[in-house]
Amino acid sequence: MDKYLWLIPALPLAGFLILALAGNHLGRKSVATVGAGSVCLSALVTFAVGGALLSGMPENAVYTQTLWTWFEVGAFNAKITLTLDVLSLIFVFVITFIGALIHIYSTAFMEADRDYARFFASMNLFVLSMLTLVMADNLLLMYLGWEGVGLCSYLLIGFWYEQPANGTAARKAFTVTRIGDAAMAIGLFMVFQQAGTLVISDIQANASVIWQPNTTIVTVTALLLLTGGLGKSAQLPLQTWLPDAMAGPSPVSALIHAATMVTAGVYLIARMHAIFALSETARLVIAVIGAATLLLAGLTALTQYDIKRVLAYSTISQIGYMFLALGVGAWTAAVFHFMIHAFFKALLFLAAGAIIESLHHEHNMFKMGGLKDKMPVVFWTFLAGAISLAAVPLVSAGFYSKDQILWYSWAADGGSPLLWAIALSGALITAAYTTRMMILTFWGESHTPIGHQPGKRMTMPLVVLAVFSVLAGFIELPHNFGHFTLFSDFLHPVLPQTIMRENVPSEWLFQLLAALATLGGIFLGYYYYYEKPARIERLRRNGLLVGLYRFWFSGWAFDALYDSVLVKPFIFISKINKSDITDKLYTGIAAMTGEMYKLLSKTQSGSLRWYIMGLVVGAILILGIQIML
Amino acid sequence: MMLVLLITVLMVGAVAAIVAGEWSRNLPRWIALTACIVGSLLVISIWADTSASSHPVTDGQWLMGFRKTWIPSFGITFHLAVDGLSLLLLALTFFLGILAVLCSWNEIRERTGFYYFNLLWILAGVAGVFMAMDLFLFYFFWEVMLIPMYFLIGIWGSENRVYAAYKFFIFTQASGLLMFLAILGLYFIHGRDTGVYTFGYFELVGTVIPFKTAFWLMSGFMIAFAVKLPVFPFHTWLPDAHGEAPTAGSLILAGLLLKTGAYGMLRFVVPMFPEVVTDVAVPAMVLGVAGIIYGAVMAYSQTDLKRLVAFTSVSHMGFVITGIFALNELALQGVVMQLVTHALSTGALFLLAGMIKERLHTRNIEQMGGLWGPMPQMGTIGLVFAMASLGLPGLGNFVAEFLILLGVFQAEPWITAVAATGLIFSAVYSLRIVGKIFLGPRKTMEAVSDFSVREMLIMAALTVSVIWLGLFPQPVIDTAKPAITELIRFMDVQSAVPDHESYVK
Amino acid sequence: MKSSVSVEVVVLLAGLLFALGIVGVIIRKNIIFMLLSVEIMLNASGLAFVAAGSRWGQPDGQVMFVFILAMAAAEVSIGLALILQIYHQHKSLDIDNLKEMNG
Repeated sequence: MDKYLWLIPALPLAGFLILALAGNHLGRKSVATVGAGSVCLSALVTFAVGGALLSGMPENAVYTQTLWTWFEVGAFNAKITLTLDVLSLIFVFVITFIGALIHIYSTAFMEADRDYARFFASMNLFVLSMLTLVMADNLLLMYLGWEGVGLCSYLLIGFWYEQPANGTAARKAFTVTRIGDAAMAIGLFMVFQQAGTLVISDIQANASVIWQPNTTIVTVTALLLLTGGLGKSAQLPLQTWLPDAMAGPSPVSALIHAATMVTAGVYLIARMHAIFALSETARLVIAVIGAATLLLAGLTALTQYDIKRVLAYSTISQIGYMFLALGVGAWTAAVFHFMIHAFFKALLFLAAGAIIESLHHEHNMFKMGGLKDKMPVVFWTFLAGAISLAAVPLVSAGFYSKDQILWYSWAADGGSPLLWAIALSGALITAAYTTRMMILTFWGESHTPIGHQPGKRMTMPLVVLAVFSVLAGFIELPHNFGHFTLFSDFLHPVLPQTIMRENVPSEWLFQLLAALATLGGIFLGYYYYYEKPARIERLRRNGLLVGLYRFWFSGWAFDALYDSVLVKPFIFISKINKSDITDKLYTGIAAMTGEMYKLLSKTQSGSLRWYIMGLVVGAILILGIQIML
Repeated sequence: MMLVLLITVLMVGAVAAIVAGEWSRNLPRWIALTACIVGSLLVISIWADTSASSHPVTDGQWLMGFRKTWIPSFGITFHLAVDGLSLLLLALTFFLGILAVLCSWNEIRERTGFYYFNLLWILAGVAGVFMAMDLFLFYFFWEVMLIPMYFLIGIWGSENRVYAAYKFFIFTQASGLLMFLAILGLYFIHGRDTGVYTFGYFELVGTVIPFKTAFWLMSGFMIAFAVKLPVFPFHTWLPDAHGEAPTAGSLILAGLLLKTGAYGMLRFVVPMFPEVVTDVAVPAMVLGVAGIIYGAVMAYSQTDLKRLVAFTSVSHMGFVITGIFALNELALQGVVMQLVTHALSTGALFLLAGMIKERLHTRNIEQMGGLWGPMPQMGTIGLVFAMASLGLPGLGNFVAEFLILLGVFQAEPWITAVAATGLIFSAVYSLRIVGKIFLGPRKTMEAVSDFSVREMLIMAALTVSVIWLGLFPQPVIDTAKPAITELIRFMDVQSAVPDHESYVK
Repeated sequence: MKSSVSVEVVVLLAGLLFALGIVGVIIRKNIIFMLLSVEIMLNASGLAFVAAGSRWGQPDGQVMFVFILAMAAAEVSIGLALILQIYHQHKSLDIDNLKEMNG
């Protein structure tokens, strides 16, 4: 089957080329067919190839296909080689399967848009780049996909380019992630200098030979790679771009800014786990960043009123969980949460998109309300996503994936009670803002009349994703009940077992506390937004709380900080030097020549007597000098 | 003989154009186009010839040569030769030559005969520079490029053209004079030591020079090339010249004239003064990095589109000088790639600027905006080249910048770390170009039309080339390889000599 | 042959005459007077030549004097013609009114 590997990215590529070159001459139907069809076919190929890979396990756990040599200079060579192992298979599955659903949804969602073809061309290009990222066999090819998804993200955030705000958000997203990318590029140089290759499997296999554990050099390398991941995955301190990225159409948010691209950092770290495993400092940094991010973004999500911004901050927060898991060495738990998160977050974004469209582009949750009975399909599917996000015990997929992370954040080798406590409070906050979002949107009075109902092409993907959001958790059950570890067994050829600490309390206790946190969060949301909304008014009178609210609402003032520390000084320096100070050196020389000429030309007064005077004085001087010497 | 033909076809075309211009306004452009196409066919046949018979010249590096005595009493010969590096740049010369003629097709309406004469004459000079293997001849061609360019800017440029033309002329002429002094110095030192007075490259390249003298001679060469490249802080003529030049002038300036500077460094400075070059490598790389960042920051603040693109050139050429002085194979291959891809990507941006100016009659990006709506094709192409300019993988510039940075990292890691910030700044200015021109609301309501067939042809050729180079750069790398390995070998031989003392007689 | 006047005195006289001429050229405003002053300077140098010729017993000094005489004649005629033209054009012979050729 490995000779069909190229088909998976080639199909979206073909779709992109057709739409980019001839899109304006095709009818809407053909555009939709090409755009969504290419990704659906790619998903089918993934199923076929993935099935073959699984049936061949464990002897034949990797498929590789070299297409051509990209470039080769001296000792360096980079090939265009695709590779598929179980880790990339999960990502490819999520990208193509969820991608296909989102494409189908988009055919209806974007129906009325002028630039139908441009939308699908960009989406197909994104799927191509994302597939390149996860299927790359070397870091350079991965970097190609890495930057490619950045470009597509830029294009799609700024899809409605006429509003300047969208363009600004797109530029911000690209620039901030580019900061991470630049660091990652340096990381690649370091890897190449030390390992002599950028082929991932070689680096993974020889990592312990190339690097001594916990040396500065391996820590620096790991941290540089991590910075790339922080940018793409919107983690502290590079998280500011993601909320603004919600300017793009909702399917874009679902595909790029929830399910796939923003988890590229998780993929990178899981992929390069051998390097990270060698540096305790780097892993600690990952865990701390993950924990800090999940808390910070969760609190911010509590204060937002734009439904998509709530989801954006919740995405940042959930990716924080994945980073936390990676940091403590729970590799499979991170990937598991990635997959479950992709299902429910894509679902939530798509459902939110459906609501927003039906309410004439109303983003404000306080102006929604009462949609429970008016949009039943959207309500029930949104509910499925929400319980998964809030990790409602036992019945949701999110519970199983998040519970695992909570457990490992204490019990794994790199874990600690503090990390666990943060993760647990994060779970409470998550449940609270999810409940707040549900109640504001679906219960209470209706504030905005709804336009049209979403059609079949929009509800079908919602239903499919809802089913996965609820059921997908059962492929991996906790050790203490069921002990069914299909998912982690599946990943173990690639990702190592999590090393556990000794003397940890019983897992039951953690599950109980996690469940209590969720239920507590739900209760808080229910109490303040449904039972006693008047209490909120009372809280508003407290100046301290209002200040805190404003601080959280602004995303902990990161934007203002970067604006005044980085952006404004840069623009200032750039603007004052617009006419180029170095040019003054040369114009200065020119001006000096001019001045000298003016000075000398003054002596040519036109007065004959003045000239003669000059002659006489000159003659006397010369004679005088002659006599003196 | 083929090599002489390459120059002759351009010069004959130039004279024919000026004669034909007396009778007809449209004839000269056809003559110019024919001359460029014939020239590029010749280059292709040379390429096919040499790659078929795998290096006929025993030397290994050199593919083809032509030699005839010119002024024997001074040891001046008419000596042309090409290796892979020259061949690549020659191919670029004729490719951009065709595009330059095509983009002037309707833009130039006055004195067409003289215009195409100048255009072809510049190309002849550039082609000569890339082939000359006699220092006197090299200097001759170096000056040949200069004067027609002065006319091109001074006659067909925009409002402030005379100032720009003067500035261009004075900068290049003054720095060229320093190079001529250095050439003479080399000539006399070689003559005094060996008794053979010659300007021949192959004789002079082995000259043993005391370190101090070598430093000054190298500075003479370096300043001429650094002004041409341009290296910060010698760059200030470039924005003015680019801003005022006609579209084809900017194209040739950015695509070819700047490349002669880099070519000169690779061909003359490094092999002739290896000892000094290794000595000044770090300061030179620092200058390069300064150029990368300074150019990028300057580009951000510009409102004149052509000046903006000119400053991006300064930034990209910073990569070139940094790469040259890293002195390893990776970086040097990256430099060669950068020369080719920068010519394509920046040339394309200048062409776009010209096309937008034809439509909106302004170069001020504050007055543009929202042009994607009426011109989606131009928007797409503009996006591609903005992305090329910020070094998006998959496009040619990425391969170049990656190799340069990787090579520099082997030499001086901290320089790469600083240079990598250039990647961020390049994103900032490139996205500003796209945002200001194509996105946002429309600022003017006049109707504008998308690409014509001729424009589409030009831009498609460039787009295909830049993507092709991004995905399949190996042919370029292989072509340049013998020249680069020779250069590296040369450096290695020199550095095998233990210290400066052995150099001093 | 012995001259009663020593050559030093004659050269001194010539120097005085020359200085007189220069001062005349510098302080006079009228072009005609300036021309006269130039004539005085020419004659001063002629005198110096004659004195020097007689001091060394050479004919060259007198030859030079004849030469200067001829040149002075030519100069005066051209100069006067120019002055006439200037007067026609500017209706003035004041040198300070004729400062047109300045930088």
